[in-house]
Order: sequence, then structure tokens, then C-alpha cells
Amino acid sequence: MNPRTFPLLATIAIFLVAYAICSAQYPTIFSTRVAGNLLTDNAYLGIVAVGMTLVILSGGIDLSVGSVIAFSGVFIAVMLRDSGLHPVVVFALLLMITTLFGAAMGGLIDILAMPPFIVTLAGMFLARGVAYMLTIDSVPIDHAVYDFLQGAYYLMPGKGRLTFIGVLMLLTVLAGMIVAHRTRFGASVFALGGGIATARLMGVKVRRTTVLIYAFSGFMSGLAGIVFSIYTGSGYPLAAVGTELTAIAAVVIGGTLLSGGAGYMFGTLVGVLTMGLIQTYIIFDGTLSSWWTKIVIGVLLLSFILLQKALVHLSTRRQGAV
Amino acid sequence: MMRSLKRVAPQLLTLVVLAALVSWFFPGFLRIELTDGRLVGPVIDILKRGAPVALLAVGMTLVVATGGIDLSVGTVMAITGAVAASALVSGWGVPVALVLAMGAGLAAGFWNGCLVSVLGIQPIVATLILMTAGRGIAQLITEGRILTFTDTGFGFLGSGSLMGIPVPTLLWVSTAVLVALLMRRTALGLLIEAVGVNRRASALAGVNARGLIIVVYMASGLCAALAGIIATADIRGADANNAGLWLELDAILAVVIGGNSLLGGRFSIAAAVLGAMIIQTINTGILLAGFPSEYNLVIKAVLVLAILMIQSPHLASEWALIRLQAERRRTVRGQEGTR
Repeated sequence: MNPRTFPLLATIAIFLVAYAICSAQYPTIFSTRVAGNLLTDNAYLGIVAVGMTLVILSGGIDLSVGSVIAFSGVFIAVMLRDSGLHPVVVFALLLMITTLFGAAMGGLIDILAMPPFIVTLAGMFLARGVAYMLTIDSVPIDHAVYDFLQGAYYLMPGKGRLTFIGVLMLLTVLAGMIVAHRTRFGASVFALGGGIATARLMGVKVRRTTVLIYAFSGFMSGLAGIVFSIYTGSGYPLAAVGTELTAIAAVVIGGTLLSGGAGYMFGTLVGVLTMGLIQTYIIFDGTLSSWWTKIVIGVLLLSFILLQKALVHLSTRRQGAV
Repeated sequence: MMRSLKRVAPQLLTLVVLAALVSWFFPGFLRIELTDGRLVGPVIDILKRGAPVALLAVGMTLVVATGGIDLSVGTVMAITGAVAASALVSGWGVPVALVLAMGAGLAAGFWNGCLVSVLGIQPIVATLILMTAGRGIAQLITEGRILTFTDTGFGFLGSGSLMGIPVPTLLWVSTAVLVALLMRRTALGLLIEAVGVNRRASALAGVNARGLIIVVYMASGLCAALAGIIATADIRGADANNAGLWLELDAILAVVIGGNSLLGGRFSIAAAVLGAMIIQTINTGILLAGFPSEYNLVIKAVLVLAILMIQSPHLASEWALIRLQAERRRTVRGQEGTR
């Protein structure tokens, strides 16, 4: 068996075991209702994590995503309130803006040879700053299309609701899997994560790929922003603070190496669901306070990383023996 | 002396330009007065308010010099603040509170350092763990409340002044000077740079890279503890949720504005604390200049980007390359024309 799939398999196994343990304690967790809510509540996180996975696979990082989600919500809310444009037009405009924003960051990273950490940090300030400039209040979104999207769901057996945004998240993950694992662009991303110099020697167009990677992440952040606005029904410049770190944690739990070049898009979905499961469990328990979520996520992050370390160590030792 | 001055020249120049810019909008920017035995004025305010980020930047510079990064410092501020406040509330007195808080900072740094150097986890994830989990720990200590205390002795550290100068300012300046002297008057700074340039090579050359990395993260934890003590003393309360929130990003920014490479290697503490002062000047300056506070982040982002672009050595070579290519194209076209 390919040792590279070990982290992914371990992640899936841990998620299933955790789900089984939770269900043993609270049998209702094992129902389509909870499963549906798990997808709905984490839809925006899953979408943003897809973009983050690609960035991390390339060896970069994108700290701007949380701010871009906040900007998206505010942009949509303000545009719908003031301009009278149809939401679909606003969505298209927004996705264009966030994609260009991401592309600009990618361009700066490559042209200035500056660490992605710093460039996207400036991007993080900028996106949230623009959101503040649009409004400092929480702006409610009131539109027939939104009512429709919020009410759109498929009733699964067991009365679980498979909502529109939940399905959109799953489709995004699927698209992400295709982009990362089945396209030439995806191969370039993996090559870049393996090492820029080697990638260049292999004929990867480094600048083009870097720009596209961050543009992809920007697009996903915009999409996540749309989903978040549907989920909350409002735009608020202080929303989604710290989402970038949650997304990074989900990606790492999903078995993607932070050094880039190795990982699976599907693992990210499992990572997002694992974190959602922890939160669901804490809500079900009721006695644990919310700060336990943070501690548990931290501990989980550590154990996943240690597990990956051990696996990588084992596989390299075996290769060394051969 | 001249060489170190030359090293911080870009940062000093940026500060001068910023000061001029703010003075243009707010003429009284550079005025300093003596009221009730205290120095008062916007500049003094910047020197005081910038204390937490400046302290964090000192520790962060060392971590960055080893090629690492410490995302947990903001959270460590919250933890140490919570520890100090709960010690004071329990009536254990100021010395015990200080010792406990600094001990907590050192312990946090030791944890980070072990993850990075012994287990070999990437610094950004290793410290992300404490960054996430640490706020939970801080909230456990404060039991989810904002712990307030009335101890004036401890409050002196945040809002008092000695010889007219705010205590936080004295604290960060003396910390920066002490650490810089320790680094440059001994071989310690050189060893850290060696680890940052190439950890394997330095280990082969006999540098105790493993131990050094742990020590560096502990230094960062200690600086974060000092910053946490100042922040807590200033508001006379420990807020586990908001103390030091996102300050790690400002600290990293300060280090980078100070011209230190995130890839590790040569570092300058003086430049990093100047970077912290640049950030604080931007923050305070935007308010003084009378811009609505909604514009803060955008102006900050633009200024930071501008500073980074000017500092990027790559940009100069990029321009040269573009010009060279254009020239070559012109000559090729010229040759085709003659043919």
C-alpha cells in the first residue's frame, strides 16, 4: 500500500471512530438531522478550506480568507440594499473582485519574492478594512432570492435537511479534488510545493501558477462569503474573524503537509467535518464550555501532526532501507 | 556604530517620513509637555502604546532569525495576564504574580520550542496549536470572566511613570537594549544566525541547534509574558478573549518591516523595535490625523504594502530585468529592420 495515503486513511478512521463514540453516548448524533446540520453549519468553512488546501499544497499560505468572507457579506448586503441589482449579478461581481484580489496577492508574492505569510497578512488587513469602509454595522439581507436559497433543502429520510449550501460545499470539494488531482494545473501546484527550483526545472510556469493558486483561493473565499451570507442572512464586517486559522487547522487535520507537495483534497473535507463534530459533541454535552472546543481542537491538531510525523518517519526509514 | 546606524537607516527614514506626514495633518504631533511630572504628548503616547508589540517583536526577531515563527505570542499574553490577575485576586501579592506570569510565559515558550526542535514540527503549526488551545486555557484560568483587580503596585507597571517616562516604555527599551547587548556582546547572536541559515550545517559545526531553538522560543515566551503583564496592568484586568488578540501578526509585521528575513539568518533587534514603533505611529497617526476609524485598516494595509515594496530587493532586480528585456527586444527589432 502507498504510505502516502496513510495520513488520509488515518484521518478518515479517526473521524469514523469519533463519530461512533459520539453516537454511542448520544444516539441521536447518528441521524440524518445531525449529519445535515454538520454540512450546513460548516459549509462556508469547507469551501474556504478547499482554496486553502490548494494554497498549502503549493507550499504557501493565505491569511486573507476570513477577511474576504467578511468583505463578501458586507459587499453583498450593501449592494443589495443600495443598488437594486439582482443578487446573481452581485454574486458575479463579488466573485470577480475576490478572484482578482487573490490574483493580485499571488502576483505580488511572485514578483516581490515576499513570503506569502506577509503579503496575505496585508491582504487580510486590506479586505477587512474595505469591509469597514462599506459599513460598520451589521446589514440585514432581505431579498426574495435569499429567502428561496435559505429555504432550499432536500428532506432526507429521517427528516434531515440537506440544504443548498451543504450541497454546494460538497460540490466545491468535488471540484477541488478534480482541480488538484486530475488537471495539469493541479500537478503544477504539487510540483511547486515540492520545491520552486525543481518545479521550474520541470517546466512549471511558476508565476502563472502562483497567480492562479491565489486567484483560486480568492474565488473560494468569495464563494464562502456568499454561502456565509446565506447562512447568516446578513453582512457584518467583524464576521469570520480567525476563519483562516480554523481553515488551516482543518487542512492540517485532513492530512495535508504544511510544507506543501503532499496531501488530498478529500482529507480537508474530513478535517472540516471532524472539527464540526467536536463542536456538535460539545453542544450535545451541554456542560462543557465553549473554550473546551479550542483546547480539544488544539489537542487534536497536535495528535494529527504527531501521527503524520510518525508515518512520514516510518515511510522514509523504509525507503532508506531499500 | 556607523554600520548599525546604516542598518536601521530605512526604518528611521520611514519613521521621519511618517512623522512628517502626521504632522502635516496634525501640527502638534511632535509637541511634548511636562504635566504633573510626566511627559505628555503624541510621541510619548506612541512610545507607551507600542510597548506590547515592541516587546513581542524582540522575542519574535530571535525566533524569526532561527527560521521559525511564533504565532502564539498573543495568546501567551492572554495566559500570562490571566495568571497574574488570578494571583493578585487570590491575594498572593505582586512579586508572586510577576514570577508566576513569567514562569507561564517561559513554560509556553518551552512547549513551543520542544515541538519545533525535538519533534521537528513546522514552527507555524507548532505555535498554531498553542495559539488556538491557549485562549481556551486562559479562559479556564479566568473561568470565562474578566478578572479585575485593584492592586496599584501592579497597575504601576502599566500606567505609572518613572522620571516622567511611562513605565511600559522603560520596560521595552531596556528589554530591547539588554537582549541586543546579550546577542552582540556574546556569540549568542552569531550562533542563532548560524542555526537560521542552515540548521544542519550549524549542528555539524558544533552549535547546539536543538537547545538554542528551545531557548529562543522561551525568550519569545518571556517577552510575551512581559507584554501580557503590561497589557493586564494597564487595564487592571485580564480579558482572556481579547488580550493580545492578533498582536502576533503586528509583531511579525514589525520584524519584517525591520528588514529581517522570515527565512532566518541575520537579524537586527533595533530595526524590529523601530518596526513596532512604525506600526504604532501608523495606528496613532491615523487617529490623530482625524480620519474616521473605519479607514484605519485600509490605510495601514496600504502603508505596510508600500513599505514592504520599497524594501523588497527583488523589485529592483525585477525592474532591471524588464528594462533589459525591453532593450533586447528593441535591438532585435533594430537588427530585423536593418536586415
